[in-house]
Amino acid sequence: MTSVQTQPTQQGKEELISGSEAIAIACSMADVDVITAYPIRPYDTVMQYVSKLKADGVFDCDFIVAESEHSQFEIVKHASAVGARTFCGSSGVGWFYAFEAITVTAGLRLPVVAMVGNRALDDPGAFGVEHNDAMAVRDLGWMLYWVATAQEALDIALLSWRIAEDPRVFLPFAISCDGSFLTHSQAIVNVPTQEQVNKFLPAYDRGKLQLHPDNPITIAPQVNEDWLMEIRRQTDEAMQRTTAVIKEAYDEFKAEFGRGDPSPFIEEFMTEDAEIILVGMGTLAMPTRVAVRRMREAGKKVGFLRVKFFRPFPTKEIQEVLSKCKAVCVIDRDYSYGSPSNGGVLFNELRSAVYPSQNHPHILNFIAGLGGREVRVRDVNQITEIGQAAIDTGTIDQETTWIAVRE
Amino acid sequence: MSTVAVEVVYRGIFQKTLARNIVRSIVFAARKEGKIGTAFGRYGDSPERNGIPAKQFAIVADNPIELEESLAVYEASEVDVTINVDDTMCKGIESWAWYGLQPINELTKPNGTLLVTSRQNADALVEDIHQKDSPYDLAIVPSTVSFSGLWVYKDDHTDVRLLGALCKVCPQLVSLNSMLEVIQETWSDDVKVASAQRAHDRLTTRAVEPGEGNRETPFKFDLLGWTQMEEGLVIRGIEQGGGFRGGDEGFQPGRNEVFKKWSTRSMRPVINFETCIKCTLCWLQCPDTCFDVTPDGLYDANMESCCGCGVCEAVCPVPECVTMVSESDFNDNNSQWEMWQQDKDGYNQWMTGLVEKQKAETRTHGYHHLGGYTEQAAATEDD
Repeated sequence: MTSVQTQPTQQGKEELISGSEAIAIACSMADVDVITAYPIRPYDTVMQYVSKLKADGVFDCDFIVAESEHSQFEIVKHASAVGARTFCGSSGVGWFYAFEAITVTAGLRLPVVAMVGNRALDDPGAFGVEHNDAMAVRDLGWMLYWVATAQEALDIALLSWRIAEDPRVFLPFAISCDGSFLTHSQAIVNVPTQEQVNKFLPAYDRGKLQLHPDNPITIAPQVNEDWLMEIRRQTDEAMQRTTAVIKEAYDEFKAEFGRGDPSPFIEEFMTEDAEIILVGMGTLAMPTRVAVRRMREAGKKVGFLRVKFFRPFPTKEIQEVLSKCKAVCVIDRDYSYGSPSNGGVLFNELRSAVYPSQNHPHILNFIAGLGGREVRVRDVNQITEIGQAAIDTGTIDQETTWIAVRE
Repeated sequence: MSTVAVEVVYRGIFQKTLARNIVRSIVFAARKEGKIGTAFGRYGDSPERNGIPAKQFAIVADNPIELEESLAVYEASEVDVTINVDDTMCKGIESWAWYGLQPINELTKPNGTLLVTSRQNADALVEDIHQKDSPYDLAIVPSTVSFSGLWVYKDDHTDVRLLGALCKVCPQLVSLNSMLEVIQETWSDDVKVASAQRAHDRLTTRAVEPGEGNRETPFKFDLLGWTQMEEGLVIRGIEQGGGFRGGDEGFQPGRNEVFKKWSTRSMRPVINFETCIKCTLCWLQCPDTCFDVTPDGLYDANMESCCGCGVCEAVCPVPECVTMVSESDFNDNNSQWEMWQQDKDGYNQWMTGLVEKQKAETRTHGYHHLGGYTEQAAATEDD
């Protein structure tokens, strides 16, 4: 177990809360100015908690229930431009309905923080988790993080404003939380003190980019081909700068709150001498860790790599971890019809990331847990066996395998 | 190998259909002679703005491979013929996608032709047109400017007259006979065919020598790189401005240093400072804040910012206090108020002359009202 407990300050108090509630508490402690809501399951749980905190008089914010997701994201975009700290969110097709506002938020370099309660994209109407909804912003300049526990949900929320609102970044941040497993499951969470949060999280200062009568500017002009490449290049540079800013913020977070992993980007579990490394995102970490532990007990050299930040994609970290093993089994809780190897999104990104490496392990893909179907320990065992077969035979018969699907 | 390129420079929206008719007919005529071609508008001009200079192109080649070679650059870097369908653009053009003033003949090849519709004579036009290092021909189709609207087209034969004239100045493009056939097939109108034939026969050209013409250096500036640009898609507001000509009195707003509106307007206001009642309406309503407030409380239209929309004329309550007149009557952008200050009688005489002249002209800034074209047609003799 490489997860560390540095100085366990324990200044806060313990609460039994869900991932959604943890983020709502983070909103309150971060003193978010403008929050917009529109109901869709499973993300809406966060707004239920936010509205309760407001009704209880604990949290003073402008809480606006919009008439659609599109307006919901437009409102926080504008609020962010005038200097308000913002939060909103959505799920599945609701997130997609807001897409016009979502793309311009990144284009305008506005540090909106959004929670995506991962949900299958309709049709068929379904509430369970799939990662495709949040993945849709992967090319647009949003930072994108996958959470595994309620504690992590609270922690990354506090980090998200710190990172997004850094003047070197000014990019929006999406916190992806698996529907049900995270949004609706309660766990013991350490809630820090307000003093700790105040110390860690400075006020949002947009400086000379703030829309204000005393700072007359216009934003979002129409441009032609003679300007757009330069503008895209600026956003590209800002996204590249996020890596250093995230590291810096994470180090300070660990020092202040006394918890965290060695890397903000990935979490390693028994990868040190592993011949087979399983890779995944979000809450499937839990059954995977259990399976890995049991296989280790049986003498099998297996490890697990959890990808936390999908954007920026932790290319260097992943290259380093995977260069030592013989087979990599990527578990995708998403699909990408017609993609290379008909694989998932994480698989194809990861395979591309390790392509320049000297030692290529076998890289296999597994589509699992779609629509909220549970990824069970026996599924992880099966995945590992297929990885082992690739090592034994030196070949890959089938690059992508759907796991636990009825035939 | 022979590829011929023609550009049509026109005013956005008002002349879009006119430009389209010209470039499409060129390609159809070329097909009749076994050649191949393409017709297209410059994408950067779209969506078009009222009156903003824009371009369409026709490229004709002997075979598809030659055509593809010439299209390796989407916007032609030189053309055999530049057709300018509004003579006020002889002063140069600044499209909303172009930064700085582009001379009207910038793309015209050495020994190529600039074909203009105008009521002015060649010498008057050459005064406006920027000088070139190489010789070219200036050809004029005598005509009142043809402006239409987004949903209406003024079928005054300007299109076919230019097509007929084009066959004369650029015989290597297509023969007149092929062009006349296309006109007949497109419009099924013998009168339009006759107009094209007549424009072809009557066309006059004048050779323009290297170095002849307007000697002004066209206004331009360098585009910023991504490391120099402010992030966040921010455009800073312009400073509010201050006193008239930097003094304590009056007011002069701050202005954009890199977007001049010279070529946007086809008309400009002239002001009768003696009948002005200082009601402020022109100053308030001008969408481009082009009016400078003089120390004596008058309103001087600044030609760095005027786009020629005519709102000031429309809102002015005093008859003939603000009058829109043709841009072609001016060779500078000087202050009218300063001119009036120096010589009031001289100014008034000059200004009244322009106003009277305008009454006899039919130029308007775009399509104004239903039935307007019928009125214009009645006031215009058949060219």
